Amino acid sequence: MTADTVVPPIVEMTGITIRFPGVLALDKVDFTLRPGEVHALMGENGAGKSTLIKALTGVYTIDEGTIVVDGRQQSFSTAGDAQAAGISTVYQEVNLCENLTVGENVMLGHEPRRGSVIDWRRTHAEARKHLVSLGLAIDPRSSLASHSIAIQQLVAISRAMVLEAKVLVLDEPTSSLDRGEVELLFRVVRDLRDRGVAILFVSHFLDQVYEIADRITVLRNGALVGEYPIAELPRDALVTKMIGRELEDLATLSSSAHREIDRSGAPVVKATGLGKRGILEPADLEVYPGEVVGLAGLLGSGRTELVRLLYGADRADEGEIELHGAPAKIHSPLHAIGRRISFSSENRREEGVVSDLTVAENIVLGMQARQGWARRLRRSEKDAVVTGWIEALGVRPANPNALVGNLSGGNQQKVLLARWLATAPELLVLDEPTRGIDVGAKADIQKKVSELSADGLSVIFISSELEEVLRLAQRIVVMRDRRKIGELESASTDLDGLIDYIANEGEGSAA
Amino acid sequence: MTGIFKNRLFWPVVSLLTLVVVNTIARPQFIEITMRDGRLYGALIDILRNSAPLMLVALGMTIVIATRGIDLSVGAVMAVSGAVALTIIDGSGNPGSLGTVAVAVVVAVLVALVLGVWNGFLVAVLKIQPIIATLVLMLAGRGVALLITGGFITTVNSDPFSFIASGYVLLLPVAFFISVAAIAVMSLVERRTALGVLTEAVGINPEASRLAGVRSRGIIWSAYIVSGTLAGVAGIIYASNIKAADANAAGLFIELYAILAVVLGGTSLSGGKFSLAGTVIGVLIIQTLDSTILFLGVPSAQSPVFFAIVVVVVVVVQSSRVRGALSRASASLTRAKTDTDDREKAEVAR
Repeated sequence: MTADTVVPPIVEMTGITIRFPGVLALDKVDFTLRPGEVHALMGENGAGKSTLIKALTGVYTIDEGTIVVDGRQQSFSTAGDAQAAGISTVYQEVNLCENLTVGENVMLGHEPRRGSVIDWRRTHAEARKHLVSLGLAIDPRSSLASHSIAIQQLVAISRAMVLEAKVLVLDEPTSSLDRGEVELLFRVVRDLRDRGVAILFVSHFLDQVYEIADRITVLRNGALVGEYPIAELPRDALVTKMIGRELEDLATLSSSAHREIDRSGAPVVKATGLGKRGILEPADLEVYPGEVVGLAGLLGSGRTELVRLLYGADRADEGEIELHGAPAKIHSPLHAIGRRISFSSENRREEGVVSDLTVAENIVLGMQARQGWARRLRRSEKDAVVTGWIEALGVRPANPNALVGNLSGGNQQKVLLARWLATAPELLVLDEPTRGIDVGAKADIQKKVSELSADGLSVIFISSELEEVLRLAQRIVVMRDRRKIGELESASTDLDGLIDYIANEGEGSAA
Repeated sequence: MTGIFKNRLFWPVVSLLTLVVVNTIARPQFIEITMRDGRLYGALIDILRNSAPLMLVALGMTIVIATRGIDLSVGAVMAVSGAVALTIIDGSGNPGSLGTVAVAVVVAVLVALVLGVWNGFLVAVLKIQPIIATLVLMLAGRGVALLITGGFITTVNSDPFSFIASGYVLLLPVAFFISVAAIAVMSLVERRTALGVLTEAVGINPEASRLAGVRSRGIIWSAYIVSGTLAGVAGIIYASNIKAADANAAGLFIELYAILAVVLGGTSLSGGKFSLAGTVIGVLIIQTLDSTILFLGVPSAQSPVFFAIVVVVVVVVQSSRVRGALSRASASLTRAKTDTDDREKAEVAR
């Protein structure tokens, strides 16, 4: 609060509040951005980072609060308003025109004219000037599509410079860049900072934040946690502030890998030679009561395909399924639910939530489907189930009438988990339940899986995060190239062993 | 106050009331209802009576649209249903008997139901795009109706049959009671069973619903069956009204008016959330507009233009973009006002 206050802020947001139906997305958040700084905005999914950015860039209209840019109070109602005020945004997915040349993209809407026609020669010359000033030696006449995402992002930044942006918002700019490209981007960012541009930087990568940022603002659950100079906020303190609990909680995350499983009785489900031509080579799988079986393998290795056949989401054309030792046929998801098998898809948005329905309607959807359309669930029963699971899983906001589409990814995942647990399954299949969600929600979900399996629920757990699989599953089935290549006991392997197995094992039997 | 504004039915209701008020100002007898021989008469009663076929068709259309579909065949189904009923009555020895009429009506509605089953089969089982699947019957249906009537406009003189469209019970037209019954049955099914929410789930996200165990095929299929059946009843009312089966004119363009009614009522064409109450208001808006054109004496050649202009205004008023702009404009007006107030207060304080 000494030297910094000398420079007047370029952006001053005070008391910003944004409400979506049933959700308080931002609650009186203050945010200040000064010229010549790189300011990182940190928080978990659903903390309100994107909402705050969209308020600043005019995508959302704020319900309360004030935005002062360059000393002038602004009320943005479109992205164009914000751009006119000198705020430019470069998104994760580049929003340029791939079919145009680099130069055309840089100068779009600001092409020099001769009379009423565009002077292309000067357009490209000016584009080159802007590119060179960022240290980019690329041909402005080359097509944008011929360049990598990293270069495209730098072109987007050049474009922001043409618009004479005083504020540059970089929203997850590095998520698809490799190390060298990140270096290039950071060089440009530092250069712009030194020229007095204020840069708002959002990233999930802590290393990069500590490499480039001067100051950090932390949000949690739509509220401001605080603003800190980077030197005063060590990494673990940052993570603690982001998730609002001690880091140790995460380190000692419930592990169920070493629990003894009684495999003397009949398995809850036993699949023999389950396969489908062109989709999955016949595979065996069995899960005992209270057991967590992990499915490991790369994306496209057949993990998802195997459980979809088991659940009846796709029809198997060979193989047998036994439930509790008795032969069974599973024709459809409804059939599977009736036999107390539940499946939560990896594709949360397309195959999971019904976004325009409420949290409550989403939670009871599975129960209602099983009961059939003719008999509606009794209101009292429904309310009890919904409030019970919202509380048990910590769904935020804890509002049964909020639209699911307005919830963050982690909370949508919890709603799905609630939907499936509400059907009282004996076997729960979770396909990538923790992908793309924040640390807190991830910990909650892992904890719940571990607890439920200790109480006798059988679980098939699919995840690309092998640490997670190793921590939760007692037994791991490894898949590669659409077939099962083997099984491992978690107790007898570690991360390196598992990676090695996925990469090398079963090579000989491939022929 | 804001609660009322945010209600989905707010703007449809405002549009309807505006139309009624405009009519009343133009000719005060518009809202007059008179009693003669134990029957109520008046422009409003006519609107309720005449809206019956469109009401039935639009209710069915609402459900179909909620499943992400569309049913273009409703007009053709009306023609078939009318043709079947009239051919049976015409062919019977005793057109005036209640029994004959009852048989004719039941058979005609059953035929319409079968046509709904056909549409539903194409869409839900064969997965043909709804617009194409129902286009088939839209084009073929009138030909079938002509085939049934032998290419003529079959006319009958049957009192029980005419009673359906022109009769009165308890002061009010029979056709109005048919509408009310359809609305009541559908609302009851929506409220008392889970069909409403499951239909919305299927319309919003078919694959997620299927994986959640919802029988999406059955739900989509039933929507077309409901739509076909209601169109069949509408066809009976239409035929009863003109005492004839006119395969070419029965229900002509009604599918488009039905879609318009659904949209005016606030149900999105992209499927999902639907509102039966909204559709009812949408139908009344269209029917009132129709009466307005007659009432104001707009020359019939120009009436489509007049109709179109009013519809455009209503749709624009309901568009969320325009409403957003309006509310922003009013917000900035209030803000400007508070600013001056504050300044005045500050000056007073000084």
